[in-house]
Amino acid sequence: MKTLRYRYILDRLFLSFLVINTIIVILPLLIMSSYVIVNGISALNLDLFTQELGSPTRAMQGQPTGLVHTMAGTLVVDIMALLFAIPVGLGTGILLSEYPDHILNPVLRIMNDTLNGMPAVLKGLLAFVLIVKPMGTFSGISGSAALAIVMLPIIARSTESALSIIPWSIREAGLALGLPRWRVVLSAIVPAARTGLITGFLIAFSRAAGEAAPLLFTSFGNNYLPKHWTGMFFGPVDTLPQRLYSLAISPYEHWHRMGWAAAIVLFGFVVISFVIAHLASGNNLQKKGNSR
Amino acid sequence: MKINTINYELLKKPISLIYRKPGDRIFLSMAVFLGISIVLLTIVMAFVLYGESKEAITRFGVLGFPLKAVWDPAINLEFGALTFIAGTLFTSIGALVLSFVPAVAIAIFTAEYAPRWLSVIVDNLVNLIAAVPSVVVGIWGIFVFTPWMRDCVYMPFFSWSTDNFPALVPLLGNPIGFGMSTATIILALMVLPYTAALTRDAIRLVPREQREASWALGATHREVILMAVLPYSRSGILAGVILSFGRAIGETMAVAMLIGNKNTLPFTLFGPGATMPSVIINEFREAVGNIHYSSLMAVGLALFAISLIVNLLAAWISRKFAFAGGQMV
Amino acid sequence: MNCTESIKANVTSIKNNSFTIIDKDGPPLPHLRMKTENLTVKYGSTTGVRDVSITFQEKQVTALIGPSGCGKTTFLRALNRMHDLTRGTEISGKVLLDGKNIYDHKVDPVTIRRRVGMVFQKPTPFPTMSIFDNVVAGLKLVGIRNRSFLLEVCEKALIQSALFNEVKDRLKDPGASLSGGQQQRLCIARALAVNPEVLLMDEPTSSLDPQSTNRIEELIQELKNDVTIVIVTHNMQQAARVSDQTAFFYVGNLIETGKTRDIFTNPKNKQTEEYITGRFG
Repeated sequence: MKTLRYRYILDRLFLSFLVINTIIVILPLLIMSSYVIVNGISALNLDLFTQELGSPTRAMQGQPTGLVHTMAGTLVVDIMALLFAIPVGLGTGILLSEYPDHILNPVLRIMNDTLNGMPAVLKGLLAFVLIVKPMGTFSGISGSAALAIVMLPIIARSTESALSIIPWSIREAGLALGLPRWRVVLSAIVPAARTGLITGFLIAFSRAAGEAAPLLFTSFGNNYLPKHWTGMFFGPVDTLPQRLYSLAISPYEHWHRMGWAAAIVLFGFVVISFVIAHLASGNNLQKKGNSR
Repeated sequence: MKINTINYELLKKPISLIYRKPGDRIFLSMAVFLGISIVLLTIVMAFVLYGESKEAITRFGVLGFPLKAVWDPAINLEFGALTFIAGTLFTSIGALVLSFVPAVAIAIFTAEYAPRWLSVIVDNLVNLIAAVPSVVVGIWGIFVFTPWMRDCVYMPFFSWSTDNFPALVPLLGNPIGFGMSTATIILALMVLPYTAALTRDAIRLVPREQREASWALGATHREVILMAVLPYSRSGILAGVILSFGRAIGETMAVAMLIGNKNTLPFTLFGPGATMPSVIINEFREAVGNIHYSSLMAVGLALFAISLIVNLLAAWISRKFAFAGGQMV
Repeated sequence: MNCTESIKANVTSIKNNSFTIIDKDGPPLPHLRMKTENLTVKYGSTTGVRDVSITFQEKQVTALIGPSGCGKTTFLRALNRMHDLTRGTEISGKVLLDGKNIYDHKVDPVTIRRRVGMVFQKPTPFPTMSIFDNVVAGLKLVGIRNRSFLLEVCEKALIQSALFNEVKDRLKDPGASLSGGQQQRLCIARALAVNPEVLLMDEPTSSLDPQSTNRIEELIQELKNDVTIVIVTHNMQQAARVSDQTAFFYVGNLIETGKTRDIFTNPKNKQTEEYITGRFG
């Protein structure tokens, strides 16, 4: 028979086991972020934000090179992707939460989660076949489309949970006034849920902004700024994650340094939008999502 | 009195059709249209991948392609995906095995033991690991983690086994640093937050009565967790593990940067290997000729099929749970 | 012309072999606003309301009383088609508003709800809107943008709902900043702004303190000259105080209806008497 004391010792051992594991998980994150921050900050300079990359020789000869075209491209591609994804995700979220009895919903929910779980690289292949092949050229638009597919299911799901937090009685009150359903949703429910909605957009954005795989064969990459602004949409465009990959696997020492700089910019970009999203929601999105 | 003089003519006018039933019809059909487009995307993805890989499938066979370990884009133009399927399964399962215990431990710690403030911090740090872009993990892996593993783990172990266990050497492979074990460890680090978040969700869904019943029996905290919490949430945890597995097989960039890219079996523990996403990333841009392109698409189709099965399986197991939170990490 | 139409209607009903009663007089009696005929509400296999026929008259307050779960709220919600939102709710029988069946498939439910307003148990101001926007929501959100008109309507509705003096200086404040009783009066003002013919109230005072309850009861008395009111209440004293007609519901059936005074002093039905004297419910 186990004594009480023995059981309490087991309890303590169990807790220390949990704590040790927690530390084991957190530690690599701290080590990695400190490397990224230290190496990244030491590699940052003004040229990075004002110059184009150019060919590898440019860096070797000590001429100023930078990633201004990459940052511009990232902003264009990511924001355009968000603009593609928001209407579809919002519409789907509205269908899921405002018409809970709709026959499409069970299928839609499963398909949405499935799409969310699909590897991003496949979303890139899809955009390649559907857009790059017919257009005959790699393009910013195809990159945005691929990233939009990454964002879509996240936005749809978060919209659903953000809207379903709003009490059903508000909808009934609107309808009882003789308002059509769409008006109630757009003017009363969506504004009331706006914090949750924006949080969802930001989470989707931060997730997609870090993806390189779908961009490698859609927006492809480019060492220079496009000659004309339309090149941002209809020609190959550079983006941070994909450029970071190319720099890191390149054989040039200078480009490795620049890779660290790209890493801290990307890291900062993604982490800041992530932190804003979680601060905005007061970190309670998950609980609300589960409490239904 | 002023009240009674309001001219209600404006109200008598019938309101525009768009503010009545037809407007609602249009709104609902738009929402349905957008919803269907999400369903269609998944279906179209299957068709597109199949269409593009048709050439490879007809040439190498429906079973011949995934079961053959040849990848020769240079001379014979012969392709089979077994190498990459094996690589994906080895790294993903390895990553799950490595990350499972710490993930569940951290979930139990934050959901059961940690005070509120600490669990908020730990939860957010774990979520933050999930938010770090794959390529950023990759560059750290290339320049810091891999050299360190080579010098401090692989080389010493390798030289120790050449002296004491020569039989082990062929299994270990070439300790260049880039390889299966490095990729697996990094992958474990990357899927861990998903497993942890989903496990935490599952644990938080355990009803209070379940716990209280065990507490009332005089159980210690550890016994409550083992008796009531874990058994109750096991299908949720299982679904979480399966979803994390889905994540792991699709994880592309960090693996492609660290696995060393070797397109032939057999793989060794430390030696280089390849996975389905990594071969697509590495070769797609330089695919020579239609059959190479088509074979890469066929690898994509295989990845799609595995991923679909994994996701549907997870959906089926977790159908009684609302997983919105964990899915969104 | 009326005559031929009514004959035609009779012929159709005979052809269809239906037993629905046709309003033989054609145009409704001047004081009759709304009536139900054999109204039955089912959800799934359970019946919420069975075969209820009742009339609501102009310038009168009707109180629906009965123990909880007796179907009075279900019945009330059937009067402005709120059940349309819940799939699997089946409604048979008729609800006639000025002689026309609101469940006729040609009738637009949105238009019906503009004519038949509703106030709920708990105050439901729109969370992000100001007091002003809340009051005129029913107008502004269907495209009426004439600002001076909206201001006028807002003022009238707030005066009618006895809230004007309390909020006149802060119409721009969010609706949620008001107290519970004020919020409920805001919701009444919002419903009145659309200028409805009938106002349905579902236990409007159940979440309020006695003082606010008192104000709302006074309000009902003032409003009944403009609007036909149907009020569901738990509280029999309230029914006795505010209503002209009382209907007693029990397990989905309308047991008895009549002048409030008669029901409370001299109920004909035994169940009604037992409920009113507090023996159950």
